[in-house]
Amino acid sequence: MITIVDYGLGNVRAFLNVYHRLNIAAKAASSAAELKAASKVVLPGVGAFDHAMERLEESGMRGTLEELALGARVPVLGVCVGMQILGRSSEEGKLPGLGWIEGRVRHFATQASFGELPLPHMGWNDVRPVAGNPLFRQLETDARFYFLHSYYMDCDRAQDVAAVSVYGIEFCCAVSAGNIYGVQFHPEKSHHDGTRLLKNFAEL
Amino acid sequence: MLRPRITPCLLVRNGGLVKTVGFGNGKYVGDPLNAVKIFNEKESDELIVLDIDATVGSTEPNVRMIAQLAVECRMPLCYGGGIKTAAHAKSIVGLGVEKVAISSAAVEDPRVVSSIAAEIGSQSVVVVLDVRMQPGGAAYEVWTHNGSRNTRKPVEQVAREAEVQGAGEIVVNSIDNDGLMQGYDLALATRVRGATRLPLTVLGGAGSLADIGSLIRACGVVGAAAGSLFVFKGAYRAVLINYPNQAQKEDLIRSALKG
Repeated sequence: MITIVDYGLGNVRAFLNVYHRLNIAAKAASSAAELKAASKVVLPGVGAFDHAMERLEESGMRGTLEELALGARVPVLGVCVGMQILGRSSEEGKLPGLGWIEGRVRHFATQASFGELPLPHMGWNDVRPVAGNPLFRQLETDARFYFLHSYYMDCDRAQDVAAVSVYGIEFCCAVSAGNIYGVQFHPEKSHHDGTRLLKNFAEL
Repeated sequence: MLRPRITPCLLVRNGGLVKTVGFGNGKYVGDPLNAVKIFNEKESDELIVLDIDATVGSTEPNVRMIAQLAVECRMPLCYGGGIKTAAHAKSIVGLGVEKVAISSAAVEDPRVVSSIAAEIGSQSVVVVLDVRMQPGGAAYEVWTHNGSRNTRKPVEQVAREAEVQGAGEIVVNSIDNDGLMQGYDLALATRVRGATRLPLTVLGGAGSLADIGSLIRACGVVGAAAGSLFVFKGAYRAVLINYPNQAQKEDLIRSALKG
């Protein structure tokens, strides 16, 4: 069953509601035992990078999550800070991330070409997926999602970038490497495009 | 392209929705949960819900109602009313609310903003500033407790303080224009836009989509929030929840940003 990692960060209920409306079975897990049998995993997250890593550690679910992602190769979808912690590290914090995506999380304002736009990047923006990524099936054109962030993933390898968006600079807003997926925006709060993406994840 | 946000703002009093004029004369306009369901169907960009009696009545946030709204709401939800501490903010985010609005607590002691930001992250901290123009129009001052207490602080100063303390968004609300439906106070909006680099949402006075267009023309990519516009229809203010469709929104934004 699709399992939402409930480690105190992110809107777990919103994901469950979307799947409920889609008639797709999903549940929340707040312990390793509850997470263990997951066939797919959604890893939400909001707030600071280090805080997310600490909470994941404290939840006792990190080991099980790593077994699922790296051992059983169960599809994992990181969302917002849940995507950022897939990377090696972040300019926001000191703790290492999970390191499942070869990349470092950067702040918009540290990019010289970014300019003086308001931060955080907040609101609805266009998302341009790379061709053929199953997460973005039927979202190839005119897809629009809700963003709320000041940091983004800077991937080492171009082939891990699943979608880009533009805010001052073009930045990676979705990653995909094998069974590991991540989106910077909030599909759980992005009306029908968000619902479509979560349905696509369920159908992987 | 990042789009301007067009955001309905709902006011709650005793568990029901009301709409005020100049912060007074709250008219009952319906049930909050029902309104959220309608805005889901209309795919509104975001939603702001403010409990306008919580601070004045010194009541704690209505957790049960907030939880119901958060479960129902399919767009990002900002909730405000009675939030004074990081613990309040954390519990509200835990209910599934994306953004927490603070007003009087932030104005009285800006350090509250940083303590809340440390708990839930800057991106989720919205500071709402209720503003009146000083007689004579020389300055805009921030008021609290439903517009009953003048802090005598200029809005630009309070907005900058909030930014320094780690707020993630400023909502500036014109008490003078509240409920009049004759347009935003664009002078106020541009002053605050110039004072802070945070995302800005403007509330108070919108009576038509053209008013939203004027705000976007004046401030660029901004949040345009409105109460009356999205709950009333026609000159007699009949209650009818409404919101522009995707095509209307695109037209409005495109022509406003071009001009």
